[in-house]
Amino acid sequence: MNQLIPMMCYLLLAPLCGAIMEGFDRKISARMQRRVGPPILQPIYDVIKLWKKQVIVVEKSQNFLLLSYLLLTVMTGCMFFAGTDLLMVLFVLSTSAVFLYFSAVISGSPMSTMGALRELVQDMAYEPAVLLAAVGFYLTTGTFDVHGIMNSDVSAIVKMPGFFIAFVFVLTIKMRKSPFDSAQSHHPHQELVKGITTEMGAKNLAFFQITEWYEIILMLGVEALFIVNKNPWSWLAAVIVILLTYFLEILIDNTSARMKWQDMLKLSWIVTLLAGGVNLMALMLIR
Amino acid sequence: MDMWEIPFLICFPLVVSVLMFCIRINKIRNAVAYVSAVIIMLMTGVLTVHWGMNGFAPAEFYVETELVDHFILGAEILLMLVVTFLSFKYNRPWVSLLSIVPTAVIAWLELEGPELDAISHIKVDHLSILMCIIIGIIGSLIVIYAVGYMHGYQHYHTEIPDRRYYFFMILFIFLGAMFGFVLSDSLLWIDLFWETTSVCSFLLIGYTQQEEAIHNSFRALWMNLLGGCALCVGIVYFALDQGTASLSVLVEQGTGQAPASVQVAIALIAFAALTKAAQLPFSKWLLGAMVAPTPSSALLHSATMVKAGIYVLFRLAPAMSGNMTGTMISFIGGFTFLSASIMAIAQSDGKKVLAMSTISNLGLMVACAGVGRPETIWAGCFLMIFHAVSKSLLFQDIGATENSLHSRDVEEMHGLLYRLPVLALFMFIGICGMFLAPFGMLISKWAALKASVDENNIILVFFICFGSATTSFYWTKWLGKLIAHTNRPPVRDITKKNEMISLSIHAVLMLALCILFPFLSSVYVEPLLMEMFSESNQVISNNVLYILIILICFFFAVPFLAYIYEKNVKTNKKLSYMNGINTGKNDAFMGSMGAEKELVLANLYFKDICGQRKLMNPSIAITTAVIIIMMCMIIASALGGGMI
Amino acid sequence: MNIKRSPWLLHYDGSSCNGCDIEVLASLTPVYDAERLGVENTGDPMQADILLITGGINTQNAPVVKQLYDQMPRPKVVVAVGICACTGGVFKETYNILGGADKVIPVDIYVPGCAARPQSIIDGIIQARELFQQRSDEHDALMRSQKGAANV
Repeated sequence: MNQLIPMMCYLLLAPLCGAIMEGFDRKISARMQRRVGPPILQPIYDVIKLWKKQVIVVEKSQNFLLLSYLLLTVMTGCMFFAGTDLLMVLFVLSTSAVFLYFSAVISGSPMSTMGALRELVQDMAYEPAVLLAAVGFYLTTGTFDVHGIMNSDVSAIVKMPGFFIAFVFVLTIKMRKSPFDSAQSHHPHQELVKGITTEMGAKNLAFFQITEWYEIILMLGVEALFIVNKNPWSWLAAVIVILLTYFLEILIDNTSARMKWQDMLKLSWIVTLLAGGVNLMALMLIR
Repeated sequence: MDMWEIPFLICFPLVVSVLMFCIRINKIRNAVAYVSAVIIMLMTGVLTVHWGMNGFAPAEFYVETELVDHFILGAEILLMLVVTFLSFKYNRPWVSLLSIVPTAVIAWLELEGPELDAISHIKVDHLSILMCIIIGIIGSLIVIYAVGYMHGYQHYHTEIPDRRYYFFMILFIFLGAMFGFVLSDSLLWIDLFWETTSVCSFLLIGYTQQEEAIHNSFRALWMNLLGGCALCVGIVYFALDQGTASLSVLVEQGTGQAPASVQVAIALIAFAALTKAAQLPFSKWLLGAMVAPTPSSALLHSATMVKAGIYVLFRLAPAMSGNMTGTMISFIGGFTFLSASIMAIAQSDGKKVLAMSTISNLGLMVACAGVGRPETIWAGCFLMIFHAVSKSLLFQDIGATENSLHSRDVEEMHGLLYRLPVLALFMFIGICGMFLAPFGMLISKWAALKASVDENNIILVFFICFGSATTSFYWTKWLGKLIAHTNRPPVRDITKKNEMISLSIHAVLMLALCILFPFLSSVYVEPLLMEMFSESNQVISNNVLYILIILICFFFAVPFLAYIYEKNVKTNKKLSYMNGINTGKNDAFMGSMGAEKELVLANLYFKDICGQRKLMNPSIAITTAVIIIMMCMIIASALGGGMI
Repeated sequence: MNIKRSPWLLHYDGSSCNGCDIEVLASLTPVYDAERLGVENTGDPMQADILLITGGINTQNAPVVKQLYDQMPRPKVVVAVGICACTGGVFKETYNILGGADKVIPVDIYVPGCAARPQSIIDGIIQARELFQQRSDEHDALMRSQKGAANV
């Protein structure tokens, strides 16, 4: 029961939370640009509209690949919120990303193939930091189990600030925020038309969008693990930290230009190595 | 108890090899090769069952083997003569020194040296049976494949003299030597089989007798013989000091407070294993081995040669846990894992990608052995099993693809799933087996990462985290090439029936392994660890095991159900987006001068960042330095009497 | 279902003098901010609902416009912005101009002006999204009646 409730909550509420957070994102971005901006529920309107449109595709197999991507990501998230092994969750997440890549390259379209390759580079850029964060949790709390990490005496961030920095850094990649949004070239900034999503329209784009929401909530959940401990008040702290980082990401998104993928790869690996590496060494020494 | 299958498995391939050499009529020789391959496969099964009926207990045989010992010595001298002759013939006389010296030392030990303790020369346990199964099944399948492949190969490459009798002879000697290698417990026997595999691989690589082949084969030879020298010195030093030449005694004494000679012997043998497993700085021989016909690459890469190195390291693992040798081995392995996977990104030749990935995966296995804990050996065993099957599948598949497509470049495989459906499907399965989640590779990485954290091995943690990111990069982009949409016409599949049989069996094995591996773990691999470390340790807890089983079901069910569901959804086709100038077939666009331009999509290779030319030499320099320094430290501290 | 709250635009520049394009972009950027209506400027016909065309149609871009229009999923609306896109404007008589956008694709809304003012462009978008909603509703009704007919 203890596992089922958070899992069901995630299953039902994650898309809603994700949508509303994206709505706020767009609103805040608009205000930063001195615009009025769309309504908060705009992302939901968008998905409803996409659902209603005629399904047209370049290659029919794309549908089932995207659906698999959605289902596998949801499954991974459920595993996480059910409190299972964190490292396993992250490894499985990397497999669901492969399905996204497939759904983009299967069309043989130039824009989406280029976007997909950039997406692969992005995956390569963020994976080490995320895996290292899991290792950090194991070193500080002695377990990979999400339940175990949550029930530790002190917040994990006390012992792993470096991992936190590396994680927040790659969260920018995961959230497809500028300067690291070369794969999709998000909403107002176009470069590769729509990058990896170029050949996704109507229902397929809706699948993609919903999966993004599930994934963001999952990543923010991992971020919350840094803060949460036995004390129920830590949950409040976790929510505050999440909102702050979210705001920070929006600020970065609105104030920086897109980076070339080479620089992104270099930068994220260097940050991972420095912040995560120093932290890891310190943790292993004091252990 | 007596197991007649063991001498049979070692000697039968040798007898067949003589037959292969003598029979010059292709049809008859092919038939004999088929029958012998099937017999070897069956006998491996019989051996396993026979051993299992005796309760899966370790068993030892053949204490009195005076006659055979003389025969072994004779064979060793024969090998030395062959190497000496060939190195003089091809004008590289210094190579022969690497063979003459160790042989002389071993001969001295046997003829003039002190009386050694009586030991059982053959030992059967979980690890050796596992190796036998891999060699027996994969090796025999490769032989079956080779019959068809070599037929086409000689047909297309008319400039290469048809010496198939010779090729098959070496293949069978190879199999026999491998069986002998994994079943022996006597270090002297192991040495002979070791040298035999080195020489066989040398002969296979040089099969075409072209300039490049000869060059590469000698590189393989001297690197492996160098390892052989280290092995010899280790064995002789250990035997002189402790009065025995038994591998199990060596490992037993190596755990805990080890005498100096044992420490040095273990370090030297582990070093020898590095050369065999093609770890940096010795990786180049395996890359050069690509010039040989495909079956021999498949054999070298998947089931035999390189696995011999891994096997030795697994054997030594309990004695390497937590000491300096272990640190050296795990560093070299981890480093090779990362740097080879980075270099694989820059390769577009399919076979080279496979070669790089072999080296990189072997690196992970070596690192697992170097850490030397039950968890890592568990991971290492699964890596070995999955790697053997999927690499063999991939090599055979790429050979067959090359025959049909006349290219093995990954770029040429754009949309292969629509052009050569069967071969592309097999390739897909093989690649998925190398890195995707429901297959065992990923879970092994998971276990390896966990264990290296437990062992406080910081640097290995880094290697695994970064290496797994780069590994998925180069495999995923290859998979993407296979499924990308294309309008190019289908290619006529000229794969022979026997090649297809071998490929299908591999693919089925791959899928079966994926589904059965939680059971394999509890039934076979955990007893193996029990035997090796004599401590009961459940590597994956039941909790994780259940999740795994559910996951595996999901991974097969989700895409399947999604496919069924989406099949009936009504969709309309449209052209892919090319700024409105798509000419109507998604494969060309209208250029600004009004002419049709073909659309060519290429993957990212980063040749200027992670090319072999850029990274190989620095990697070799780093690893060489580490090996030299660490070896000196190990020997100095062992002889100085201090323990580190 | 209410879908008019999310009209996504595809902006195509035919052979315009760029006057109208600047106005189109002006209406999408902070001062006029069409995004408050849910408008998003996508570059991808696959994801677009409304095709905004500026400039006349010439011999070279006629097939391009046609292809982009075909790549948009239904329901879709076409808005011709500026007098050139409506009729060909001052370029109408030149050798290479075929005329307005309606020479190759069906145009629903005409926004006149040289250049069209942002206010009228946004007005055009608002009219287009009503039409977009209407088409969707009509399609739904058709589907329902077909289903009803099948049941009877």
